[in-house]
Amino acid sequence: MSALRELYQQVILDHNRNPKNFREMTDATGKIEGYNPLCGDHYTVFVRLEGDRIADISFTGAGCAISKASASVMSSVLRGKTREEAERLFQDFHGLVTGTQVSAEEIERMGKLAAFAGVSEFPARVKCASLPWHTLHAALDGNSQPITTE
Amino acid sequence: MQTMTVQHTKSPASDRELLERFEAIRGCRHHFPLLRQRVNGKPLVYFDNAATSQKPQVVIDATLRYYEEENSNIHRGVHYLSERATQAYEGVRVKVQHLLNAAHQREIIFVRGTTEGINLVAYSYGRTVVGAGDEVLISCMEHHSNIVPWQILCQEKGAKLRVIPITDRGEIELGEYEKLLTPRTKIVALTHVSNALGTINPVKVMVGMAHARGIPVLLDGAQAVPHMKVDVRDLECDFYAFSAHKAFGPTGVGVLYGTTKLLDAMPPYQSGGDMIKSVTFEKTIYNDLPYKFEAGTPNIGGGIGMGAAIDYINEIDLASVAAFEHELLDYATRRVEEIPGLRIIGTAREKAAVLSFVIDGIHPHDIGTILDDEGIAIRTGHHCAQPVMQRFGVAATARASFAFYNTKEEIDVFLAALHRVREVLA
Repeated sequence: MSALRELYQQVILDHNRNPKNFREMTDATGKIEGYNPLCGDHYTVFVRLEGDRIADISFTGAGCAISKASASVMSSVLRGKTREEAERLFQDFHGLVTGTQVSAEEIERMGKLAAFAGVSEFPARVKCASLPWHTLHAALDGNSQPITTE
Repeated sequence: MQTMTVQHTKSPASDRELLERFEAIRGCRHHFPLLRQRVNGKPLVYFDNAATSQKPQVVIDATLRYYEEENSNIHRGVHYLSERATQAYEGVRVKVQHLLNAAHQREIIFVRGTTEGINLVAYSYGRTVVGAGDEVLISCMEHHSNIVPWQILCQEKGAKLRVIPITDRGEIELGEYEKLLTPRTKIVALTHVSNALGTINPVKVMVGMAHARGIPVLLDGAQAVPHMKVDVRDLECDFYAFSAHKAFGPTGVGVLYGTTKLLDAMPPYQSGGDMIKSVTFEKTIYNDLPYKFEAGTPNIGGGIGMGAAIDYINEIDLASVAAFEHELLDYATRRVEEIPGLRIIGTAREKAAVLSFVIDGIHPHDIGTILDDEGIAIRTGHHCAQPVMQRFGVAATARASFAFYNTKEEIDVFLAALHRVREVLA
């Protein structure tokens, strides 16, 4: 498979076309904007924590296929996870897209997130894939200032 | 479009002459060694010329020769090499003077690029003449480098930054411009050619309208100088800035032109060596123009390269280049109509070879990545012109910008790649 097909995998294209959890949340416990000033990607991530667990997660906004799919997959993977589990997945995902995490086992363990492995071949697109995650990370930390990738 | 550009030549060219000139321009592509490479296994198609141009071999050679044979500091040494380097560097000033048809060599200030040229004027001239309640007038289609220096100045002085609106085509609303010229307006700063839209502004008319009210005008010529003959005395502008790197020269060097009258009255921008006549701890006497504005050892090698680029521009004949680039733009504009959902941003009647566009449901960033996979280099994003993006209601565009070394065949490759973008993502 070419690097390009590796990047735009079917999973990513599907989530871009029909993003999951693409809605506002009125009872969110955390809400934060994420912005990539370079390309104009702009999302708001909503999260509702119940105790230590992510009871609900959603997002709104616009951007490229990679960032939108990333937000969509992230939201479906993280629902029901504890903050600690979410944090670990964030680290794994970051390793995956920056190409530092190479073990096939680890990739296997990441499930749907593994579709983003191809991003590491496109350094200019790493920020697209990680923007929703950085945004969520800040929301879980209780920040309210918008996050930018720059 | 040809008739418009032919006006730039002294005598109108016949169709046959024009065809011969086009043939000569097509022969120039091999002067650019970088264009021979392959990217992702495909022949490079370089359509990011509004960001920076490629360099002909003569510019690369001149820069190399300077470092191999002439490198020395200028304006101070008594030795052979210093004199030789000084002569070569100052010779470039004369070349720039002729390129812009400036009245005097002293009106050519060497700077790092357009951005520094504008900052120099905002800092030195702006801080002298702009006060509380005054206004600085720019247009909606400015690059950030012709917005932010003025914004900072206005904030500092309690002045107001006013913005000339543009039409849906991306043209200046001249009636609105006229209304915005008031007794409080202290300077107008305008782009000659828009980097994001390609619009060629009617700057001569606009300078005239400002001058009728005694208001000076700065023109940002970054996108104009590589593509058309610029005559600062014909335009009657007070300041004109451009960068060498967009005009086939090296990065890190450029020019600010200013009239002697204004430059003489302006305080220095930066201070240090070269810009002084004498220094004691009590008092410094500044140097004459242009050196008053050239503190420190300049980018000598870059300046020499810029000189070689100007020689090159003079040889290729900018009037024919403009006509040729219009042919490329017209061809590309016609061809992209076959892409469903594609919308061109910037459809001014007078346009340089910039094709900014969006495709329904596909983000420009994804277009850029897929084109890159085909060896095609375009720019995606807001092009350092966020206000004009907001004017058109888009966060970003994809932008193909052409130079005379591009070909219709490359535009065909570009079109095939745009179809592929839709296949992959639509």
